[in-house]
Amino acid sequence: MTDVAVPLTTRKDWASDQEVRWCPGCGDYSILSAVQLLLPELGVQRENTVFISGIGCAARFPYYMNTYGIHSIHGRAPAIATGLAVTRPDLDVWVVTGDGDSLSIGGNHLVHALRRNVKLTILMFNNQIYGLTKGQYSPTSEVGKITKSTPFGSLDTPFNPVSLALGAEATFVARTHDLDRKHMIETFRRAHEHPGASFVEVYQNCNVFNDGAFEAINSKENRADMLIPLEHGQPIRYGADGEHGVASDGQGGLRLVEVADVGEEALVVHDEHRVDPSLAFALSRLATGPHEPTPIGVFRAVERPDYGSLVDHQLLEARMREGAGDLSSLLRSGATWNYG
Amino acid sequence: MTTKSKPVNEPGKVETIDQVVIRFAGDSGDGMQLTGDRFTDESALSGNDLSTLPNYPAEIRAPAGSLAGVSAFQIHISDHEILTPGDAPNVLVAMNPAALKANVGDLPSAGTLVINVDSFDERSLAKAGYETDPLKDSSLSAFRVYEIPMTSLTLEACRPTGAKPRDAERSKNFFALGLLSWLYHRPIIDTERWIARRYGRVSIVAEANTLAFRAGYNFGETAEVFESSYEIAPAEHLPGTYTNVTGNVALAWGLLAASQLAKLPLFLGSYPITPASDILHELSKHKNFGVRTLQAEDEIAGIGAALGAAFGGALGVTTTSGPGIDLKAETVGLAVSLELPLLIVDIQRGGPSTGLPTKTEQSDLLHAMFGRHGEAPVPIVAAKTPSHCFYAAIEAARIALKYRTPVYLLSDGYLANGSEPWRLPDVESLPDISVEFATEPNATGTDGEPTFWPFARDPDTLARPWAIPGTPGLEHRIGGLEKQDGVGTVSYEPANHEVMVRARAAKIAGIAKNLPTAEAEDPDGDARVLLLGWGSTYAAITAGAKRVRRAGKSVAQMHLVHLNPFPPNLGEVLRSYEVILVPEGNLGQLTRLVRSEFLVDARVLSKVQGSPFRVDEIELAILQEIERLESGAEVRDASGQVDARGRGPAASGSTAEEAAL
Repeated sequence: MTDVAVPLTTRKDWASDQEVRWCPGCGDYSILSAVQLLLPELGVQRENTVFISGIGCAARFPYYMNTYGIHSIHGRAPAIATGLAVTRPDLDVWVVTGDGDSLSIGGNHLVHALRRNVKLTILMFNNQIYGLTKGQYSPTSEVGKITKSTPFGSLDTPFNPVSLALGAEATFVARTHDLDRKHMIETFRRAHEHPGASFVEVYQNCNVFNDGAFEAINSKENRADMLIPLEHGQPIRYGADGEHGVASDGQGGLRLVEVADVGEEALVVHDEHRVDPSLAFALSRLATGPHEPTPIGVFRAVERPDYGSLVDHQLLEARMREGAGDLSSLLRSGATWNYG
Repeated sequence: MTTKSKPVNEPGKVETIDQVVIRFAGDSGDGMQLTGDRFTDESALSGNDLSTLPNYPAEIRAPAGSLAGVSAFQIHISDHEILTPGDAPNVLVAMNPAALKANVGDLPSAGTLVINVDSFDERSLAKAGYETDPLKDSSLSAFRVYEIPMTSLTLEACRPTGAKPRDAERSKNFFALGLLSWLYHRPIIDTERWIARRYGRVSIVAEANTLAFRAGYNFGETAEVFESSYEIAPAEHLPGTYTNVTGNVALAWGLLAASQLAKLPLFLGSYPITPASDILHELSKHKNFGVRTLQAEDEIAGIGAALGAAFGGALGVTTTSGPGIDLKAETVGLAVSLELPLLIVDIQRGGPSTGLPTKTEQSDLLHAMFGRHGEAPVPIVAAKTPSHCFYAAIEAARIALKYRTPVYLLSDGYLANGSEPWRLPDVESLPDISVEFATEPNATGTDGEPTFWPFARDPDTLARPWAIPGTPGLEHRIGGLEKQDGVGTVSYEPANHEVMVRARAAKIAGIAKNLPTAEAEDPDGDARVLLLGWGSTYAAITAGAKRVRRAGKSVAQMHLVHLNPFPPNLGEVLRSYEVILVPEGNLGQLTRLVRSEFLVDARVLSKVQGSPFRVDEIELAILQEIERLESGAEVRDASGQVDARGRGPAASGSTAEEAAL
C-alpha cells in the first residue's frame, strides 16, 4: 500500500446544499449530524460513499449527504443496494431505512440482505410509527396503539428488530438511540468497520406522531436505570453505580438482577463474537418494549465472508479454470457444422 | 410427408422426401424432450433446415400415464428453407396410450403412427381414458400404424448391463430415437458420443442408453417392419458456420455479447420463473465472462438489484415472465424516473395470473407499453425468431445504454424453447454499443464554481449523463421524486413537472430518429393486403405469405422489432395498404396500438391457445382478406363494425387527413 494521505474532510464537506426538511425537533436531525460527524473521521472519500434509501421520513437522508445517493422506492433499498455493493466492492454503501420501510413493505429484502451478508451498513430509524403518511401504527408499534388507522387500538404483535435481524443470520447487530450522539457515532463506526452486512436499530423520536416513545428509557433522568450498555468482554451491568446486572435465568434465558443479591461473578459476560447467536438473542428479549431496561450497543459481531467477495471469488475461479470469456468460442460451444 | 420418388414397397428401399414433421410424445417421465433435442442435433448435422416446438406440462411429474402428464416435442426437417415447426405432424411417435390420445387428433389421415405397443395394457389404457384398446378397434384405421414392442426390446437389449428391469426400461426413449434415426438416415455417432459425455463413459446408464439406441436403429434395419426408410437432402444454406440454438440460450448469449460490446460488466438479478429461468441458468454457467448472477429473494429484488448495479456502471438486466412483470412494474417506473439503463427481459406466457406457465402467448405488449402509473414511456424491442433473440438483446442493450432508459425486451415461450439453425455471426461485425461515463462537471453552480447537473440532457439524444460512484466531484443524489430540470434536485414545481414529463416522453419518442425505416416486403409490388406482425409470429406469417404468393396472389409483409417507438415512417407504410392484417397471440394488442397511433383500419387475427399460429391459419386469413377486397365485399370500419359503403384507398386517405386535423 502506497503512502497516499487521504485528504481530510470536515462535517461541512459531507453536507449537501439541500435544506433539511424534517419536522423541527425530529430525531432524524441528530442521526444525520452523527453520521456527518463520523464520516470525516473514517478517512473515506465522498465519491466512494453511497447512501441508498426507500420511502419514509428517514428515506430523505441521502438528499442531505454530499455523496452519491438514491432515494428509491418503498422497502426496496436493501435490494437496490445489494446490486450496487455486489458489482462495486470498492464502494461504501449505506442503507437508511425506517421501521415501516424495512420491516413492513421491505421485510423480505432486509432479511435476505442480512442472511447473504452483503457488504452494507444498514441504519434503521425506529420511531414505532408511520410519519410520512401522517400517523398510522407501524410493525414496531406496541399492541393497543391508538392511531388514525387503529382508533380502538392496534392488534398486531410488534417485531423486535434486533431479534428479527439475529434470526435472519445477521453478522452484525446493534442498537443505539437519537439522544446519545457519542453512542451513535461509536455504534455507526463499528457498523461501518464490519466486513459484511451490519444492522443498527436507532431508537428515534417522532415528536409529531409518537412523541416520547422512548422517553421512559432514554431521557437523561431514566437512562442510567433503563439502558443496559453492552460492552464486549465485560459483565453486563447498568445503573448509576452499576448496581443492576444481567444473569442467567437457569433456563437458557436471561434475567435482570441486583448485583448485590447475586454477586458479580453471577453476571453474564458479554461476548459479541460468539458464533452461536443465542446469547445475543436472549439479550434482545430482555425488554418487550421501550418501557423496560433495554440493552444498547453491539449485540453481535461475527465474521463470515461477505456475499460480494464470494461472488468475485467464483468469477476469479472461473477465469482461472476457463480463461477470460471469448464470445466467438461461446457461440461455437455446441454442435456446429459448416456450409460453403 | 411429401414424396419425390414413387412409393416403393420393397423392404430395404430408400425414398427421398423433401420434408417431414415428426412428433415424439410420451409421459413426462419418458424423456421426450431429450429425445427431441438429440434428434434435432442429428438433423442439424445432416444439414437439413429445421424448426422445433417443445410442448411440456406445467407439472413437474403429473401422475404417470395421465393425459395431463403428456410431454411432446415436434420437429420439422427439410431440404429447403423452413420457418415453422410444422402445422401438423406427419409422424407421431406415441410411447403410451395417453400420448396417443392427446396427440392423435393432430395427425392427418395417412399419417404415420409409431406406437410402443408394450405400454398398451389395461391399466394404462384406463388411465388415458380409453374404454377399448384403439389398437384393437378401428379407430386408427386412417393411419399407417407401426406397433413396436419398444419396452421389451429395450429390456432385452439392456440385459448385458445387469441393470434392473425397472432402470433399463427408462432407456426406451433411446430405442425410439434409434429407430427414428434409422428411419430418417440420421448420423448416430454423435448421439453415441453425447451419451458417453452426458452419462459417463463407464456408467451402467450410459451403457444401457447406448445399447437401447443401437437396438432401435438395428431393429429398423433388420425387422423389415417399415416399407422403406427416408432420406432428406441437406438444405441449401448460405456459407458459414451454423449451430442449433434455442431462443433462451441465444438471448443469454446476446446479453453476454452486449456486455462485451458495451465494455461493461453484466449483472443479472432474477427470480426463477418458467419459461425464463433458462436464461438465468445459462448466464450462471459463464462466470468467466465476468457476469454476476443473483438469484434474488423475489421478482422485485431481482430488478432492484439490477437497477442498483446500473447505478454503479454495470449493464443491469432482469429476466422474468407472466406475473413477474407485474411485480417489477414499480421498479421499472423508478428506472424511468432515475433515467438509468436497464433491461427487462419478458419471456411471455399465457396469462392472466399464473395462466399457462409453459405455454406461449404474446399478451404482454400493452403491459410493457403502459403498465406503470404516471407518464412512464419505455422502449420495447421484440425478438422474432430463436436466433434473433441474440441480436434483439444487443439492440435492447444499445437503446438502454445510449438513452439511459429501461428497455423491455419481449420474447415468448415459443421462441424461448423452440430452436433453429443459426448462421453464426462474425463477432467482429457486431456493433460497438459502448457509452462514456461522465467524468467532468457539466454546469456552473450559483457560487460560480463548476458543478455537476445529473439531469442536464444531451441535445441530440436527450439522455442525461451517467456519472457513476467513484467519480470525484460528480457526487449527486437521484430519486423517484420529481427532479428540477437540469440540476436534478427535488422539485414540486408544477411547470417543471410538465417540462420533465415531456422531456422523458420526447427522449423515448426521439429514439425513432435512429431506427431503420420500416419497409414492407412485397415481391409482386401490387399487394393490397399488408401482414403486420411482431415477435414470434414471424415464422408463421412469413410461411403463410409465401404460400399465398405461390398460389398467385399478392400480399405484403412487415415485421416490427421496435414496438416503442415505432420506426419513423411506419404510419406512411401502413396507410399505403387497404387492409392491414395483424396476426398476434393476444386479442389485438399491436392492432390497438397502430389503430390509435395512425388511425388505420388494422384488423387482428387472434390466437390465444398457448401455441403458435399454424401456417394454414395465416394463409386462410390472408386469402379471405384478399377475396373480400377482390369481390368488393363489405369491409369493417375502424370500429370493427361492418361498413356497408365499403372502403378503398381513398377512404383510407381521408382517414389519415382526419387524423391530421
